[in-house]
Amino acid sequence: MPMADNKPDYYVPEQSKLPIFASLSLFLCVVGLANWLIELGEGKNGTSSNIFLLGLLMFVFVLWRWFEQVIEENKQGLNSEQLKRSYIWAMAWFIFSEFMFFTAFFGALFYVRTFSLDWLSTGPSSEMLWNNFEAQWPLMQTPDMALQGEQATVLGPEQNMANPGFQHWMSWLPFWNTVLLLSSSITVHMAHSALKRGKNGRLFNFWLALTVSLGLLFLVVQAEEYIHAYNDLGLTLSSGIYGATFFMLTGFHGAHVCLGTSMLLVQLMRNTGYWRWRLFAVAALFIAFYIAFNVNGFSLGYRLALVALAGLVLTVIAVVKTRQVFQKDDCFGFEASSWYWHFVDVVWLALFIFVYLLA
Amino acid sequence: MAHGPAPGIGRWLFTTNHKDIGTMYLWFSFAMFFVGGLFALVIRAELFEPGLQIVEPEFFNQMTTLHGLIMVFGAVMPAFVGLANWMLPLMIGAPDMALPRMNNWSFWILPFAFSMLIGTLFMPGGAPNFGWTFYAPLSTTYAPPSVTVFIFAVHIMGASSIMGAINIIATILNMRAPGMSMMKMPLFVWTWLITAFLLIAVMPVLAGVVTMMLMDIHFGTSFFNAAGGGDPVLFQHVFWFFGHPEVYIMILPAFGVISAIIPTFARKPLFGYSSMVYATASIAFLSFIVWAHHMFTVGMPLAGELIFMYATMLIAVPTGVKVFNWITTMWRGAMTFEAPMLFSIAFVILFTIGGFSGLMLAIAPADFQYHDTYFVVAHFHYVLVPGAIFSITAGVYYWLPKWCGKMYNETLAKTHFWIAFIGLNITFFPMHFSGLAGMPRRIPDYNPLWADWNMISSIGAFLFGAAQVLFLFIVIRTIFSGRPASDQVWESAEGLEWSVASPAPYHTFIKAPEI
Repeated sequence: MPMADNKPDYYVPEQSKLPIFASLSLFLCVVGLANWLIELGEGKNGTSSNIFLLGLLMFVFVLWRWFEQVIEENKQGLNSEQLKRSYIWAMAWFIFSEFMFFTAFFGALFYVRTFSLDWLSTGPSSEMLWNNFEAQWPLMQTPDMALQGEQATVLGPEQNMANPGFQHWMSWLPFWNTVLLLSSSITVHMAHSALKRGKNGRLFNFWLALTVSLGLLFLVVQAEEYIHAYNDLGLTLSSGIYGATFFMLTGFHGAHVCLGTSMLLVQLMRNTGYWRWRLFAVAALFIAFYIAFNVNGFSLGYRLALVALAGLVLTVIAVVKTRQVFQKDDCFGFEASSWYWHFVDVVWLALFIFVYLLA
Repeated sequence: MAHGPAPGIGRWLFTTNHKDIGTMYLWFSFAMFFVGGLFALVIRAELFEPGLQIVEPEFFNQMTTLHGLIMVFGAVMPAFVGLANWMLPLMIGAPDMALPRMNNWSFWILPFAFSMLIGTLFMPGGAPNFGWTFYAPLSTTYAPPSVTVFIFAVHIMGASSIMGAINIIATILNMRAPGMSMMKMPLFVWTWLITAFLLIAVMPVLAGVVTMMLMDIHFGTSFFNAAGGGDPVLFQHVFWFFGHPEVYIMILPAFGVISAIIPTFARKPLFGYSSMVYATASIAFLSFIVWAHHMFTVGMPLAGELIFMYATMLIAVPTGVKVFNWITTMWRGAMTFEAPMLFSIAFVILFTIGGFSGLMLAIAPADFQYHDTYFVVAHFHYVLVPGAIFSITAGVYYWLPKWCGKMYNETLAKTHFWIAFIGLNITFFPMHFSGLAGMPRRIPDYNPLWADWNMISSIGAFLFGAAQVLFLFIVIRTIFSGRPASDQVWESAEGLEWSVASPAPYHTFIKAPEI
C-alpha cells in the first residue's frame, strides 16, 4: 500500500509490552501490600513487603518508559492534533475521577458532622447506649469515653487542629500552608503564561522551580504538623472520627501534593539539562529532606531553611542549565501537570475551609 | 501500521487493537459468567430443600458474596466493555480506541484482580462472606483476613474501570468520523458515553469506601465504628452512592444494544431517537440522588425516606419513555424473530417486570415488608438477567457474524433462547412469592413454608445453567464451522459497522469514512 496517500489519520501504536508489565507490577504491589498488612495484623514478620517494593519499583520503571515513549513519539511527529486532544480529554477526566475520590471523604465528614454525631448525642442512642454522650466538633470525647470512662479503648485527641482564632493565625501552620499552596498556583500560572509568550527558557524554568520549591515547603510544613499532632496533641489516625477524617483528608491531599510536585519536577528536569545537572538538583532535594527529618532537635525553621536552600539550588541549576523542550503550542506534559497542580490547590482550599476553619 | 495480528501469545499480551481487546474482554466475562454461575448453582443446590445438605453455612455465605461480586464486576461490566471495544470504533468510524495502550492495560488488570478475588477461597478463614454489598461492620470488625485481599482487588478493578471509561469518553468525543455529529451517533454509543461518565464519577467513591474499610481494619480509624464517633450507616451511604449508579452502569449499555437490534428486525428506524438520548441522560442524573432507597429500613429521618422515595419513582418516567419507544418502534413493523430479536423482545417484557417490582420496592412503607427478602432478589435478578445478560446475549448473536465472519445456527440459537427464557422465569418468578411470604435473602436453611417455591427455583436455575452451556457450544461451533456471513449480515441493519467486511478486518477506518 503506498503510504503517502494512505497515511493513517491517527497514530495507533504497534504492539506494546508496557501495559502488561504495568498490570503485573500493579498486581505485585497490591498482593504484596495486602499480605503485608495481614502479616502485620497477625504480628508476623513475613516477606510480603518485598513483593510490594518490587512491584512499586517495577511500576515506576514501567511508567518512566511509557512516558519516555510517548515523548519520543511526539518528537517524531506522530502525534496529530487529534491525538493530543485525546490526551487532554484523558487528563481532564482523570482529574474528575480524583475529584470524586475526595468527594467520598468530604461526604463522610459532612455526614458525620451533620447527621450521625447529632443522632449519637440525642434521644435513646445517647441516653441508653452511650451514657448521655454529647458531641462537639472537633470530637474530643468519643462515645466510648462517655460510656466507659477510664476503660475506654477508642480515645479522642487531647488537642485538635481547629482554627485557633484569627489573631493566632501567624503561628498557625495550616494558614501558612494555604499561603504556600496558593502562591504555588500563581507561580505555576506564571510559568505557563511565560511559556505561552514564547519564553520557554529561563523565565519558564524560574517560575516552575519556584513552584516545585513551594510544593516541597508545603510538604515540610505538613510533615511538621503531623509530627506535632502525634507527639504533642495526642491526635492520631485512631483518635476517633475527628482523627480519622482529619488524617485521611489531609493525608490523601498530601499524597496528591507529593505526586503533583513530582510531576512538575519531572517537567522541570526535562527542561533542564543534562543528566549531571538533573542528578545534582534532585540529589540536593533528597539530601535536604533526609537531613531535615533525620537530625534530632531540628526545629521547623531549620527544616524549612534546609529545604528552601535545596529549592534555591534547584532554581539556580534550572535557570542556568536551561533547555527548551516545551513550545507554546506543544507542552502537554507541563500543562497536564499544572492542571493537576491547580486541582490539588482547589482541594486544599476545600480542606482549609471544611477541616480547619469550620471546626 | 501492521496489516494483521502478531503471531503467537504475544498478540494477546501486547495487543493495542480494539478488536483483540474486545475479544479478550468478552471471553473473560464469559469465563467469569460460568464461575459466577457455578457459585449460583451451589446456592440453588443447597436451597433445593430446607435443611443443610451440601455446604456449611459459612461456605454458603462465601458463595452468595462471590456470586454477586463476580457477576457484577467480572461478568456484566467486562462484557459491556468488550462490546464497547469492538463496536464503538466501528460505529463512529474511528481507526481504534483513543488510547490503545491504556486499553490493553485496562483489560489485563482484570485477570489479575479476579485471580486475587477467587484466590481468597483458599485463604485461611475463607473468602469474603459478607455479601456483595460488604456492609460494615460485617466486612470490617467481623470479616475474615481475606477482606484485605478483597479490598485491593476492588481497588485495581476500579482502576481498570476508570481507565476503560476514560478511554471510551475520549474515543467518543474525539474520534468520530467527520460528519458523525453527536445526535447522529448510534444509541449504543450514546448510552456508553453516559455510562462511562457514571463510571468515572462513582468508581473513585467505591475506592474511597474500601479505603475507609482498610483503615478501620488495619489502622484503627473509626469511620464505621460508633464507639469512636463514626457510623456503620455511613458505610451504606457511601457504598450506595457508588452502588446505585453502578446498577445503571450495568443496564444503560443494554439499552443501547436493544436500541440497535429492535429497529433492524422491526425494519423501521428507532422511534424517538432524541427522546432516547435525553431519557438516558435523565436516568443517569437521577441515579445520583436515589441511593438511600436501598436503606429505607436503616433508620433514616422521615424527610430522607420521602425524598429518596419520590426521586426513585421519578426514574420510572424516563424508563417508561424508553419502553414506549421500543414498543412503538416495533408497532406495524415488518418483524422477524431471529435470535437477537427474541432476546431483545424478552428483554423489553422481562425488564419491565423487573422495573415494576422496583416501583413496588420504591414505596418506602411497603419496602419495610420487602426489604432483604427474596422479593428483592427476584427484583434485581429480573433487571439483571433478562436485562443485562439477555442484552449481552442478544448483542453477541447480533454482532458475532461481524466479528468472526460466520453465521451462527439459528435453530440452536432459538433453542438456547427458549431454554434460557423458560429457565430464568422458573428460577426467578417464584422468588417473588417466597419473598412476599417472608423468606429472607442470604440464608442457607429456611422454614419449610417456602420449600415448594425454592425447589421450583432450583430446578429453573439448573435449566438456565444448561442453556448457557448450549450458548458456549453455539459460539464455538459458529467460530469453527459456521457458514460464511455476508458483510451486511442482517437485511435492514444500519450503521457503519455493517459497511466493513465480515469478518471485520484487523484494522478498519484507517482513513475516516464519509458519513
